[in-house]
Amino acid sequence: MALLSKKDANLIKDPLADNNPITIQVLGICSALAITAELKASVVMAISVLFVLGVGNVVISLIRNIIPAKIRIIVQLVVVASLVIIVDQVLKAFAYELSKTLSVFVGLIITNCIIMGRFEAFALGNGPWKSFLDGIGNALGYGVILVIVGFFRELLGSGTLFGMKVLGDPVTKTGLYSIGYENNGFMIIPPAALIVVGIIIWVQRSRNRELIEEA
Amino acid sequence: MKEKLHQLKLKYQGKKMAPAFNALHTFLYMPNETTHSGAHVRAADDLKRTMNTVILALVPCLLFGMFNAGYQHYSAINGFPENFSLFDHFLTWDNFLVGITTVLPLVIVSYGVGLAIEFLFAVIKGHEVEEGYLVTGMLVPLIIPVDTPLWMLAIAVAFGVVIGKEVFGGTGMNILNPALTIRAFLFFAYPTWMSGDKVWVHEGVERAGTADAISGETVLGSLAQGSDYAYSLSDMFYGFIPGSVGETSTLLILLGALFLIFSKIASWRIMVSAVVGALAMGLIFNGIVDAGWLPEYSKFYTLMSFPYWQHLLVGGLAFGIVFMATDPVTGSQTNKGKWYYGFFIGFLSVMIRVFNPGYPEGVFLAILLMNVFAPTIDHYVVKGNIKKRLKRFKTATIYPKASDEVDSLKTETA
Repeated sequence: MALLSKKDANLIKDPLADNNPITIQVLGICSALAITAELKASVVMAISVLFVLGVGNVVISLIRNIIPAKIRIIVQLVVVASLVIIVDQVLKAFAYELSKTLSVFVGLIITNCIIMGRFEAFALGNGPWKSFLDGIGNALGYGVILVIVGFFRELLGSGTLFGMKVLGDPVTKTGLYSIGYENNGFMIIPPAALIVVGIIIWVQRSRNRELIEEA
Repeated sequence: MKEKLHQLKLKYQGKKMAPAFNALHTFLYMPNETTHSGAHVRAADDLKRTMNTVILALVPCLLFGMFNAGYQHYSAINGFPENFSLFDHFLTWDNFLVGITTVLPLVIVSYGVGLAIEFLFAVIKGHEVEEGYLVTGMLVPLIIPVDTPLWMLAIAVAFGVVIGKEVFGGTGMNILNPALTIRAFLFFAYPTWMSGDKVWVHEGVERAGTADAISGETVLGSLAQGSDYAYSLSDMFYGFIPGSVGETSTLLILLGALFLIFSKIASWRIMVSAVVGALAMGLIFNGIVDAGWLPEYSKFYTLMSFPYWQHLLVGGLAFGIVFMATDPVTGSQTNKGKWYYGFFIGFLSVMIRVFNPGYPEGVFLAILLMNVFAPTIDHYVVKGNIKKRLKRFKTATIYPKASDEVDSLKTETA
């Protein structure tokens, strides 16, 4: 017995791989570039979006039949904005340093195209359970890419993971640094994220050639 | 030998390694295939010949760079010689020894890594090995400091060739100059190795902080800090100054430029317009200083009052204009476009030099920026031409008037 029917399971599985919001639909790039210099920030951002998209999709799905079509965008914005404010306040209360790192990008979850995209494309036409799964799936797909990018950028750019010095200490020259290794400053700046995302897209498409768009 | 290679070629035909073998084969010998039908374009300058011509033009710069590496090293230790003589102080075995032990590994790593990646991609994708890396591999060691760690160079070359060229489809398809992509990567990834007063002299970084510390600041570096430099104009022209390996000698670059123009490999339009652009920007800055609009305490004062034409003698401006702005792949294709393209390279280079003290040298950024704009420039040049011709067509008088054939004649005129 499966916990989810096959159709429902695909709602979660698809966005993780063959319909990934970042690498296939190329949505939500802005935040993927901005906050992935550290792994910790990437993880927190992924969790925030998971919360907003999961809950938001359910809310929109519940009220989908009473939203007048003409003002649906505004209604969606109100829902996202309220959820984002909750996330922002929680971060400020319990992880103040981190919320300073993420700065304006928590607020900018409101404009994350993935969220509005899922509301429009899925939650407005499906029931709450399915919408919930879809929201979780897409947020996870987004989060996975964020974490991969954050992992490589923090490891190569600062030589740390979650702030721990995994490659040795660059000041006292221990570990890798004792043989002349140096951190790659290029990975710290946002353009590096674009290149890392590009490489992920490259790898993914050369593994599954069906994903390559017609030129 | 030749026959054996031909036999080997047949053996490898259709196999995975065929491109790799063919590349080496045609590098040394003419292939034995002949075409069987029709007339064909006959030209002596294929891609390999073109590339080799540019490399020939670069060799003087490379040799000079080797001697200069030693000269800067020993001058930093013992002080600059008082009565400088070319043969006693510059063209010596000691200098050459330092040069060859520092510069040659850079060349080897640059070619080794770059060509390995080219071969790898050719084998995976199953196309012929393209010669695009031949020039890049020679340019790269010439535009970086002597003591650049080899592993950094290897990473940068891998990045430049894969991200700068192969992802766009290989040689001839890249939008950015690969050599400059490699330099830009090094510059942003390891800034401590690409700027400052230690990196331009061999052993400068190693000895930093010890009693034997040596340093040599580039002219631009000194100017950016508002301090004086100890090099005369002839030093700058002949190239006895610190800087990246092959970029210091304006004289030899000039020789290379004449060679490239004479052999019609590089575009003289780009070179001339880039020089004009640099002079124009320099003149504007000089004019602002002369007019007294800029107070002397301004941090831009020293750089802006630097005589406009001397910008061409220091830093990599001359080298960039001659060998990298003229890259036929990434530059503008139309003749009119080349004028705009070159002009802005010179103009922006000097502007970046003056206004961004964080980047004492702006040539590579200016060329990369204009690489991006080159297709746009071409687009508007072509559009402008179409517009001009349409206008001519509208005002054209078409004979014979009022006959039935007018319409068909009209299309012919267009």
